[in-house]
Amino acid sequence: MNQLQNFTKGFIKDNPVFVLLLGLCPTLGVTTTAINGLGMGLATMFVLVMSNLVVSLIKNLIPDKVRIPSFIVIIASFVTIVELTMQAYTPALFEALGLFIPLIVVNCIVLGRAEAFASKNNIISSVIDGLGMGLGFAFALFLLGAVREILGSGAILSMKFIQGDGMLVFVLAPGAFIALGYLIAIMNRLKKTT
Amino acid sequence: MAKKESSFVNMVLTLFVVTAVAALALGGVYSVTKEPIAIAKLMKTEKAISEVLPEFDNIQEYKILPEGGSDSLTFFKATKNGEEVGTAIKTYTDRGFSGRVWIMVGLNPEGVINNTAVLEHKETPGLGDKMDKAKSDWSNQFNGKNPTEFKLKVTKNGGDVDAITAATISSRAFCDAVQRAYNEFEKQDKR
Repeated sequence: MNQLQNFTKGFIKDNPVFVLLLGLCPTLGVTTTAINGLGMGLATMFVLVMSNLVVSLIKNLIPDKVRIPSFIVIIASFVTIVELTMQAYTPALFEALGLFIPLIVVNCIVLGRAEAFASKNNIISSVIDGLGMGLGFAFALFLLGAVREILGSGAILSMKFIQGDGMLVFVLAPGAFIALGYLIAIMNRLKKTT
Repeated sequence: MAKKESSFVNMVLTLFVVTAVAALALGGVYSVTKEPIAIAKLMKTEKAISEVLPEFDNIQEYKILPEGGSDSLTFFKATKNGEEVGTAIKTYTDRGFSGRVWIMVGLNPEGVINNTAVLEHKETPGLGDKMDKAKSDWSNQFNGKNPTEFKLKVTKNGGDVDAITAATISSRAFCDAVQRAYNEFEKQDKR
């Protein structure tokens, strides 16, 4: 597998949300608006790249039996660093995303990539994998957020195009499942034809 | 380099080193960001005070423990040229949909609500977060109302407040926080 395939697999073939169905807790929780989804996706991407990098660097120094706790400590540290830095230097962004940042720790996709990819591959491949997967995740969250925002609030990127409320169910958790279900169906159909 | 064997000593050592490095890194980041975070929080409080009160040139700050509350309210008594123009009260409620909500309420000397600002909340994005002025103008209905005649309860409970659609609990919480601030303000006034 060359590096380009390695990078693009996160978008369609192995998209973390639409295909692997990993990290659904933050996915369903934050995607009430497109911009929330995008912010969460990018923050996750940063953590994913950094944790892939570090895990790949020290993969030979960690005994197999304690690899999971070690990975979790590394991931949790990066998440806390992101949280503190955001809080200090971009308070406005923290306002919007602050609630969801700690959720990155419990995102399976980060641990999943560390365990399934970074601990078996070299540094460059791992970083590219993190970038690709992270972008795929951000893209999926943005899409889901946009669909829910359009249907649920009648707005796109906080710009209202209808008066009053939209279909409120799409802002709530059940709407997240419904929208995600349809998006997965569409993705599967698209993959079949190509 | 070959993979390390999972012997007891190796495992303990690895975990120790990993956690120690993580702790060091976090400690470093914390001490660097501590000051900017404090400044950002202070700026937010100051901004909220100036939003909820008319123009002022001096502020007097004190804390009061409300009846039946677990945390104290902060009063910011504002004056202009020695004359009282209003009081900003940092109040809270534990009746939010998901955790505590902090609100800044500005009352003029007669106890009429001048303006409100949400400082911190964990309400549902897209629903309960409409209590925040950045999301909707719902909370403007409180402005210019005197809680002695304006019942701080949602219409469902026989009050005068129109609840946020699909977020009655958050609306109740907001009312509760404002009511708490007003009650303590009244007590202060009578003293």
